Amino acid sequence: MASEDTVKLLGFWASPFSRRVEWALKLKGVDYEYVEEDIFNKSSLLLELNPVHKKVPVLVHHQKVISESYVILEYIDETWKQSPLLLPQDPHERAKARFWARFGEEKLLLASSGAMWSLGEEKERLLKLAIEAMEKIEEEIKGKEFFGGESIGYLDVALGWISYWLPVWEEVGSIQILDPLTFPATTSWAKNFLNHPIIKDNLPPRQKMIPYFHERSKFFSSLPPGWIKI
Amino acid sequence: MADELVLLDTCVSMFGMRVRIALAEKGIKYEYKEQDLTNKSELLLKMNSINKKIPVLIHNGKPICESLIIVQYIDEVWNDRSPFLPSDPYQRAQARFWADFFDQKAVYAVGKKLVTTKGEEQEAAKKEFLEIYKTMERELGEKPYFGGEKFGYVDIALITFYSWFYVYETLEKFSMEAECPKIVAWAKRCMQKESVAKTLPDQKKVYKRVLELYGLK
Repeated sequence: MASEDTVKLLGFWASPFSRRVEWALKLKGVDYEYVEEDIFNKSSLLLELNPVHKKVPVLVHHQKVISESYVILEYIDETWKQSPLLLPQDPHERAKARFWARFGEEKLLLASSGAMWSLGEEKERLLKLAIEAMEKIEEEIKGKEFFGGESIGYLDVALGWISYWLPVWEEVGSIQILDPLTFPATTSWAKNFLNHPIIKDNLPPRQKMIPYFHERSKFFSSLPPGWIKI
Repeated sequence: MADELVLLDTCVSMFGMRVRIALAEKGIKYEYKEQDLTNKSELLLKMNSINKKIPVLIHNGKPICESLIIVQYIDEVWNDRSPFLPSDPYQRAQARFWADFFDQKAVYAVGKKLVTTKGEEQEAAKKEFLEIYKTMERELGEKPYFGGEKFGYVDIALITFYSWFYVYETLEKFSMEAECPKIVAWAKRCMQKESVAKTLPDQKKVYKRVLELYGLK
């Protein structure tokens, strides 16, 4: 295999952002070399490859560097055009998928993870925002097996963290956001998503996630309040 | 069937301006509907029930929301002329990265702090503001546009914020030309384009409006 075909992914085992890139690569059947980064002790390689954000995931392909998970997902879809096509073909559906991916990140993910580690009034505030965001997601998935329709797609990969990271955050933070009675469609989607053969075999171990997020919670709740921008 | 296009926007929105520039670049006709954000219209609430924000482009009755998502949509539908994004996937990824970087940095919010706060908070805002533009300047390098030889996606994303440079410079007494000369040269180059010149408001008018908006002198 020629070296310029090599695909390398810098990631972190507990990061939902690097995991979604792995899901996309595996769904497309693209071989890659995974490099685990210690994000608490960043390597010179990471700092060299992503000097702007200094974060994972970073994809290196043909010695070209791409960072930011949603940018990487689109790059993967445009470079490896084989099935499954992650983004919809229709421009309006594509715009919707991009919109909901952004919504999931900016509204639901920030509020959920924030609700996990914060305390008191701030916890209540973020929990309320997370549930409000979840209501909108529920409307969007109703009547569909996947966000992509009949098969897994970009938006499923983008929102996939809901199926696995969210329950961990709920446990760590003693909160409930994805109530199966209130959100039956999302709950059902989450089950389908986790059962997908590619996804099932590509999840970080839950028994490691729980203590990890407990530690992170302790750290974030020790910071002065008001830094979370939501 | 003729395309029916409606843009829900406010004339002062730098996000809305991105869409207007994109439409002008492609030579697309549309109906503009000025929105009153203090009393949101039924149409806006229906077309963007999630965020209730402008801009919203309505194409044959279907809404598209979020300025950069709309710009990409326009590029994909009217793909026979003036492409905003390059065809190479890596170049496209770079363009998306930089437009996203700029939006993540929330230049509007930082700029607002720059003009409405004092002391340490203002100094921090100024530092952050200049760092954002210096990073973009490094990315621009010697290219005429962020898109290379042609005006493109990143140029559209950034240029609308140029209309506030005079505000920042006058109120905070610094010169963008001295701090980021390539950015200013780039902006002036963009202003030579009809789509940009016709969309961006006069900087002195923006200044007057900002003074009123924030009750400044």
